[in-house]
Amino acid sequence: MIVFSDQKLKEVKDIISHYPEGKQKSALLPVLHMAQEEFGGWLSVETMDYVAGLLQLEPIEVYEVASFYSMYNLKPVGKHLFEVCQTGPCMLNGSDDIIEYIKHKLNIQVGETTADGLFTLKTVECLGACGYAPMMQYGKTYREHLTKEKVDAIIEECKAKSN
Amino acid sequence: MTKKILLEKIDVPGIKNYEVYRREGGYRSVEKALTMKPEEIVEEVKKSGLRGRGGAGFPTGLKWSFIAKPEGIPRHLVVNADESEPGTFKDRYLMEFIPHYLIEGMIVSSFALGSNVSYIYIRGEYAWITDILDQAIAEARQQGWLGKNILGSGFDCEIYTQRGAGAYICGEETALLESLEGKRGNPRIKPPFPAVKGVWQRPTVVNNVETIAAVVPIINEGGEAYAKIGIGKSTGTKLISACGNINKPGVYEIDMTISVEEFIYSDEYCGGIPQGKRLKACIPGGSSVPILPANLLLTTAKGEKRLMNYESLSDGGFATGSMMGSGGFIVLDEDQCVVKHTYTLARFYRHESCGQCSPCREGTGWMEKILKKIETGKGEMKDIDLLWDIQRKIEGNTICPLGDAAAWPVAAAIRHFRDEFEWHVNNPELCLQQNYGLAHYAEDIRVPVA
Repeated sequence: MIVFSDQKLKEVKDIISHYPEGKQKSALLPVLHMAQEEFGGWLSVETMDYVAGLLQLEPIEVYEVASFYSMYNLKPVGKHLFEVCQTGPCMLNGSDDIIEYIKHKLNIQVGETTADGLFTLKTVECLGACGYAPMMQYGKTYREHLTKEKVDAIIEECKAKSN
Repeated sequence: MTKKILLEKIDVPGIKNYEVYRREGGYRSVEKALTMKPEEIVEEVKKSGLRGRGGAGFPTGLKWSFIAKPEGIPRHLVVNADESEPGTFKDRYLMEFIPHYLIEGMIVSSFALGSNVSYIYIRGEYAWITDILDQAIAEARQQGWLGKNILGSGFDCEIYTQRGAGAYICGEETALLESLEGKRGNPRIKPPFPAVKGVWQRPTVVNNVETIAAVVPIINEGGEAYAKIGIGKSTGTKLISACGNINKPGVYEIDMTISVEEFIYSDEYCGGIPQGKRLKACIPGGSSVPILPANLLLTTAKGEKRLMNYESLSDGGFATGSMMGSGGFIVLDEDQCVVKHTYTLARFYRHESCGQCSPCREGTGWMEKILKKIETGKGEMKDIDLLWDIQRKIEGNTICPLGDAAAWPVAAAIRHFRDEFEWHVNNPELCLQQNYGLAHYAEDIRVPVA
């Protein structure tokens, strides 16, 4: 069932209070973040329709926004999502090698999820960590100055969390 | 050595927290500002010569003076924390380690502009920084710096954070406002400008994080004192985020009198290039600004030492100069391939184009394809001319500056490194195995270690 808990509904109400009367559409981006976190790490049509109802929007107003921003996943992703930056400054510091290494290590291509549903690998464009390259986003955090050893450690950390 | 202003207290233990920040002199500018008239604050900012630190360098006081004041319609300050220009990570540093600086600057600026509800629009990926800011806002509110009737002045102010969700285009101010309204980040046609019709059609000022933080010392010390730092129209200090092939990547605060050479080679800043390699090229102000080969980077076409400021970095126009931009300083050493680097930037702009204007939507993808073709040894000579042609047709033909931002890096790469593109075409096998070596370069590109 796609329904926020009472606690989450209170949070939604609080977010809406940040904007002028009748401008609750402004809450769409934050509420989509919440929904993605709550309902399996991605936005299904059902989830988006639920958010539309919550904010009194037409479903299309939600779809067009969800499809515009790269942080919203419109397809299921693995339990652990690795988003590795590949833009100029990261490339200068060896992001290509890191991406190749993760592909090899997880035995998947970019955009794919491992068969056990644990890992998804994505490449992303500049995340604002250029001085700490190469880097990736994992959950809410950045993992920076990546090396092969660090990648190994992160993968082990994820596996430990899943056990 | 630069006298630090924004980063002066960054190493004080616990400066992230309210008590320490306050003990170190924080929020003094709010106490002072609330005894002034809003117009007087705008006047101080004008006197300071402060220019927008997000990239465009527009005078902040002037921008503030444009805000419309129609009767009965609320006005808003929106801080642009959507830091997404490749090479740029300075605002993140400020917000993560000394968040109250931004909140303090926002209260003063909100008072000057008459904004009772102000927003920080922060890029979605900076999720943990949003938590830090929310914490700082809660502390400030608890201490009476936010809320109703601040310090008994009769001025009410609230600050809210709003996370984006992964879109470079939302750093463009009208796209940012669309996004804040819960829409796709499609830039608006100007006019009307945000100062007249911004968020929810209300008068709005959008300023970069660093710009708003700089308001704090301007109010504390006075606009004239701030204007004395720096040189010419580059007043005050600037945060530079340095990355690429340097020994000490990071965020540095500079007064804008130091030379580019000193910035790269001095131990106080970038500390030179790893393994003693030679400097090949540099993008001095974020990925959108023109790349310069080492010789033009360090010395202007007139033969003067190039300095780290707005005027000097743009000296010579795009023919032989570049721009200060956002302060994202990307260094390429002798082993790097300009074609490949430019390809990654073209891919970035294709990914980030909102798709509204045909020249940008089609042109960015086309440039990416051609650059990939050349980079992987499948290019032809006519592709180089085609690439030049496409970028010219994007520049100036789009609603927002993303078109220009996508065109300029490609144009500059061809302008200064055409031989490298040709080498790729002429050596299809070789270019897959090695980058265009510095053996091809004249000795004059060699730079003595400072």
